[in-house]
Amino acid sequence: MKFGLSEDQTLLDATVRRLLADQIPLDAVRRYAEGDGDQENWNALCELGLGGVLVPESAGGLGLGILDAAVLAEALGYYVTPAPFLGSAVLFPRALTQAGLSEVEPWHGRLGEALSGTLRVGVALPQAGGQRGRDGVQAAGQALSGTVTLALDDAAQAYLVGADDGALWWVGADAPGFTREAFETVDRTRRSVKITLSECPATLLSQNPAVLADLRAVAWVMLAADTLGASRAMLEKAVAYAGEREQFNRPIATFQAVKHMCAEMAAEIEPCTALVWYAAHCQDHLPQEAATTAGHAKALLGDVGQFVAKTATEVHGGMGFTDLVGLHYWFKRIGFNRQCFGNPQRVRAELAELQGW
Amino acid sequence: MDLSYGPRYEAFREEVRGFLAQYGHEAPRGEGLRSEKALAWQRRLIEHGYAARTIPKAYGGYGAQPDILESRIIAEAFAAARVSPGLGGQGISMLVPTLLEVGTEEQKTTFIPPTIRGEMIWCQGYSEPGAGSDLAALRTSAVVDGDDFVVNGQKIWTSTAHLADWIFCLVRTEPEAPKHQGISFLLFPMTSPGIEVRPLVDMTGVANFNEVFFTDVRVPTRQIVGQRGEGWKVANTILGHERGSLGDPNATMTRFNALLELMRQETIDGHRVIDNPLFRDRLAALQSRVLAMRLNDMRILSNKLNGEAAPLANLISKLQGTELRHELEGFAIDVLGELGLAYGANPAKQDGGSWQTSYMYFLGLIIGGGTSQIQKNIISERGLGMPREPKLAK
Ligand SMILES: Cc1cc2nc3c(=O)[nH]c(=O)nc-3n(C[C@H](O)[C@H](O)[C@H](O)COP(=O)(O)OP(=O)(O)OC[C@H]3O[C@@H](n4cnc5c(N)ncnc54)[C@H](O)[C@@H]3O)c2cc1C
Repeated sequence: MKFGLSEDQTLLDATVRRLLADQIPLDAVRRYAEGDGDQENWNALCELGLGGVLVPESAGGLGLGILDAAVLAEALGYYVTPAPFLGSAVLFPRALTQAGLSEVEPWHGRLGEALSGTLRVGVALPQAGGQRGRDGVQAAGQALSGTVTLALDDAAQAYLVGADDGALWWVGADAPGFTREAFETVDRTRRSVKITLSECPATLLSQNPAVLADLRAVAWVMLAADTLGASRAMLEKAVAYAGEREQFNRPIATFQAVKHMCAEMAAEIEPCTALVWYAAHCQDHLPQEAATTAGHAKALLGDVGQFVAKTATEVHGGMGFTDLVGLHYWFKRIGFNRQCFGNPQRVRAELAELQGW
Repeated sequence: MDLSYGPRYEAFREEVRGFLAQYGHEAPRGEGLRSEKALAWQRRLIEHGYAARTIPKAYGGYGAQPDILESRIIAEAFAAARVSPGLGGQGISMLVPTLLEVGTEEQKTTFIPPTIRGEMIWCQGYSEPGAGSDLAALRTSAVVDGDDFVVNGQKIWTSTAHLADWIFCLVRTEPEAPKHQGISFLLFPMTSPGIEVRPLVDMTGVANFNEVFFTDVRVPTRQIVGQRGEGWKVANTILGHERGSLGDPNATMTRFNALLELMRQETIDGHRVIDNPLFRDRLAALQSRVLAMRLNDMRILSNKLNGEAAPLANLISKLQGTELRHELEGFAIDVLGELGLAYGANPAKQDGGSWQTSYMYFLGLIIGGGTSQIQKNIISERGLGMPREPKLAK
């Protein structure tokens, strides 16, 4: 019995973190936030194998599982790294495997392109967080029409699109009838777009709503892992800052109010580690618990992340509120993850349904 | 991630189930600590290795090698069958492990066998009126006179002192030494001349803890555990044992299921409480945290098994476990509304009044065994490496 990461997973984690710390420091995040692209970062990460984490070995990938992907997502969250990881490296290969297409052309070839970083796949799941306004996508024959207010990745060549009837489609960004415009959000570490489809030719990946439901559960786990990493980073920054900053002739870390804020953050974060690992494990190995554990991870990390984002900022005093230390990138990324594909209230309503309450 | 215990352990689980099927009817159900039924069951459990499992045979135990998974399987199987897992209490859970580590041979052979059989009941005499969170400030004194220590002073909050045969007690033997180095750990009978026990009624209405007064109580010097002045170290081997056991996540999960059932049964305005969106949301939020704590517990178990360390996972478990349980019990009272107020002899009490009782009882556990604030000090200092508060100049 072993509840935790394997040696390989620990090694993968350490390798990726080294690269993120060296090559994509906060300066690089700032440049992206100010308008640069993230393709170079993504290429570097793909050289390390990140793009192929879920891609079957037959297509040149690492053929690993959702827990491995969650370990990577946590590391990316820790460094607030701009990268199209969720769509290109996780949901795209996952969708193809679930739809039984990963060995079939042209998908097999496209997996190869995705893992090298040349093909970027965005995500448009308008119903994942409950239908907003007129958002939604309908199919007529092999064409899609509708709008998706928030889709992930502004630089993708294609999108996974969830239709209102639960089918999953593939739409090229160069298809006729496809338009996208920037959808500026508070989180400047990842760019979103609003997509409008007007009789846009598309390819059906799966008509089975279970495939779309699985994608959403996996996305929940990844967003939870990202928030876990970001929360842990914020706690560490708060502890470090408290050790350096002096007021009343002593480090503020000696004030019990400050220590207790940090202890509370740690106490909330720590059980989330076990929850995220377990939820990730369930996606591949315990299908009967996959949806509920994913929901629990998404909802709890949404709340814990929000608490940590606020508290760690407070520990930094006025400095935490400035652009200078950049703490706000973590704050906002956590805020984004909380709402994206369903906020805690929405997810919990579904958890209740799922369990037949 | 490998969640299976493996075939050898699954076979062991079957063995435990077999025992429960054959003997489970002998288990006490609500009979007291001293009842013949409880004592006979305890002997039966030891004989088969389901109590005192790893205590050496020489001290009356079953003598098995420690095996965390076997212990876990036994606990799970007994809980699933709702059969008493045998006697607990501070003697069995705290004193015996300490004696095994630091007791003399004579102390082990004298005290361990009757303690594990339930024939010798202990209480823990640590806290004093002036020494709670700051336990090392304790002042009860022990002065050597011939072959005896002579003990004078007062303890407070001593759970089960009114029932106990013996006490394990922290006393100050070296008044000149720095406060942590002047303490000793003594064992003596509660029937010793000079001991007075005055019950204290707690907020649940039960007198489960006490004040204990010592006037010239004579304790043979050989009844010290560890060396003179080392009592703080000795006590800390036990406090570690205690911290893990408060706010057990598996018990919280069982309780969560009872809460869920309650919400399915109870109605407000003719609708099931569970159908009310606000209550549903709160319940699901609670469930996330109960699940996370249970998984955190599995992680702790796995770390022990594989010799890995995740200190924070352990350090947070008393704080989060007791707070979560208290919140859960309080939520059930909200579910019941005015009905949840029923108490004492009121026949309208739901589930035997256990929601109110546990709501208060777990507040006691939030305070006892190191308060939540003290836990946060420990988490920030030992877990996060933050500095201690500067000492006030005297
Ligand atoms: C149900 C129950 C059973 C018990 N059973 C036993 C028993 O069998 N044997 C035994 O010896 N004792 C027992 N105790 C005593 C228990 O260990 C103490 O109550 C506990 O350690 C707190 O001490 P205190 O009551 O003196 O509170 P205090 O230490 O006076 O604390 C009062 C408040 O001050 C806060 N505080 C104190 N110091 C600090 C600090 N450094 N930083 C921040 N906040 C601080 C506390 O958190 C608390 O909020 C029991 C207690 C309870 C509630």
